[in-house]
Amino acid sequence: MERRAIEEEINKLQVEKLRIESRIISLQSQLNQNGQQKQLDDKNLSGWKTTSSPPYGDHGLSKELIYRYSRHLLLPDFGIQGQANLLNSSILVVGAGGLGSPVALYLAACGVGRLGIVDNDIVELNNLQRQIIHTEAFIGKHKVESAAAACRAINSTIDVIEHKGALLAVNALDIISKYDVVVDATDNIPTRYMINDGCVLLNKPLVSGAALGLEGQLTIYHYNGGPCYRCLFPTPPPTSACQRCSDSGVLGVVPGIIGCLQALEAIKLASSVGVSLSGRMLLFDALSARIRTVKIRERSLNCDACGENPIFTKKLFRSFDYENFTETPIFDLSCENLMLLSKEARGSSNEYEELLNNGKPHVLLDVRPAHHFQIASLPNSINIPLPNIEKELFTIDSALKEIGQCKETDSLYVICRRGNDSQIAVQILHQNGYSTAKDLIGGLISWANLVNCDFPIY
Amino acid sequence: MAAEEPKSEKGYDDDDDDDDDDETKSVSVNVLFFARARDLTGKSVVSLKIPCGSSAGSTMERLLCMFPRLQEICKSMLLAINEEYADESTLLKHGDELAIIPPLSGG
Ligand SMILES: [Zn+2]
Repeated sequence: MERRAIEEEINKLQVEKLRIESRIISLQSQLNQNGQQKQLDDKNLSGWKTTSSPPYGDHGLSKELIYRYSRHLLLPDFGIQGQANLLNSSILVVGAGGLGSPVALYLAACGVGRLGIVDNDIVELNNLQRQIIHTEAFIGKHKVESAAAACRAINSTIDVIEHKGALLAVNALDIISKYDVVVDATDNIPTRYMINDGCVLLNKPLVSGAALGLEGQLTIYHYNGGPCYRCLFPTPPPTSACQRCSDSGVLGVVPGIIGCLQALEAIKLASSVGVSLSGRMLLFDALSARIRTVKIRERSLNCDACGENPIFTKKLFRSFDYENFTETPIFDLSCENLMLLSKEARGSSNEYEELLNNGKPHVLLDVRPAHHFQIASLPNSINIPLPNIEKELFTIDSALKEIGQCKETDSLYVICRRGNDSQIAVQILHQNGYSTAKDLIGGLISWANLVNCDFPIY
Repeated sequence: MAAEEPKSEKGYDDDDDDDDDDETKSVSVNVLFFARARDLTGKSVVSLKIPCGSSAGSTMERLLCMFPRLQEICKSMLLAINEEYADESTLLKHGDELAIIPPLSGG
C-alpha cells in the first residue's frame, strides 16, 4: 500500500475507534445508572429501617446507629450522649436555597431525629451554582421535594418532613412549634423578622445566617437570655439596602460556608454541646479571607418582640403584615415594578424591534453596570452605568450628533436589565433636556422573552 | 501627622486630610465597612482622624458627611469597636477599629 493510503486508513480507524469508545462509555453509564436504581429499589424493598436492631443499652442507639455515627461517638466532647440528644431532637430549616442546602445535608447526615424543610420555590438552573442539595434532575420540581429526597438518600433512618409552600404569618407558629431549633436560611428581610418573632413567641432558639456577594453573617437569636433580631435591628433597613442574590450576585461557596456554620451551631444546640454563638455575630469576608466575631448588644428591654412589654401576641403575629412593616416583598418578583414614567416616555421591545427592522437611526443607551454589559448586550448599544449618566452626557451628545440628531430627538432609547433603572435614567435625561428620551419596558429580559429568544437571560 | 495605614484592604483610602493638625487633639481610627455599607461607600476601610474624645455617634456623623449615601443604613446597623459591642455614646481611642455592620438578608 502506498504510504498515503496507509495514513488515511489509520485516520479512518482512529475516528471509528473514538466513536466506538464513546459509545461504550455511554452504554456503561446507562448500565451503572440502572444498576444504582436497582440497588436503590432493592434497598427500599428490604427497608433499611426494618433491618435495624433493637436499642442497645440505655442510650437507645441500635448497633446500626452506633456504626453509622461511630465517628461522632469517638469524639470525647460529643460522644454517645451528644448523638442520643441529636437523635431525639428536631430542627426546622426555613429555606432550601444557598444556605439551606448545606444545612439540610449536614443535619440529615449527622442524625437529627426529625428534620423539617420549608420552601415555596421551584428548582431552577441558575440555582445549581450554589444550592448544592439540588440536582439537574429536579429542575422544575419543588425545592422541598428535591431537598427531602437528597436528605433521605443520605440518611433513611431519620424523619424528613416536607413543608411545601411559604412560611407565612398565618402558618409559621403551627410549623415552628413542632421543632426544637429553627434555622433561618431565607433570603428576605420580612421573613427574617417573622421567623424571629415566631421563635420569640414560641421560645425557640434561632440560628440565623445570611450571605450575599462575597460576605456572610451568622448569629444565634433568642437563646440563653441573648438578644433577638429585633433587639439588634428594631427598624427594618430600607428596601434599597436589602439586596438579593438575584440582583447583586453571590459566589456559590459563600452561602455554603455560612450554611455549614449554621448546621454546626444547630447541631451544638440540639446536642447540648459546646458554647453557642449567642451574643456574638460572625462576619465572613471571602475577598480578604477574614472571619471576625463581634460582640453584639444584650437583649433590649424595650424590644417589641422579647422586651419587658412585648407588643407581639400569637394573635397579633398571625395578622401582622411583615411585607408592609419592612416595605419589602417576601417573594422575589424579579420583574419590573417601578412606574415612574408616563406611557409616552416608554416603548416596548416589539416597538424597538420594528424600529430596528425599519433601519431608523437612533441611539440605544444601556444603563446597566459595566460587568452586566459584558455578559450580553444589544448591538450598537452604548453602555453608561446609571450612576454615571450625568457625568457622561457628552457621550450621548456625540452619539446623537453622529446620526444627525440633537437633544430633543425622539431617537434616544434607554434599556437596562428589567426596566427599573431605565426609568430612573430617562427621568435624569428629561431633567437634562433630552425631553423625548424613552425607556424600553421590561428591559433586556423582556427583549429576550418577546423578541429574541437567543438573547441570554441572567 | 499621616493617618495610620490600614493593612492591604480593598478600597483603602488615606486622603481624608483633616483640618485639625494638632496631634494632641486628634486621634486616628480605622473604620471598617461591611455589607451594604461597603457598596454605599465603595470602600471596605477608611482611616480617619477624629477629635480626641469623639464618640461612635459623632464619628458616624462625620462619616455621613464624607459618604452621604450611608444615610440609607444608619437606622439599621450594628456598631462595634475592636470587635466589642458599641453604641453611639461609646468613645473612640487612638488606633481603634470601628465596624459598621448593616444586616445582610440574602441567602
Ligand atoms: Zn428582642
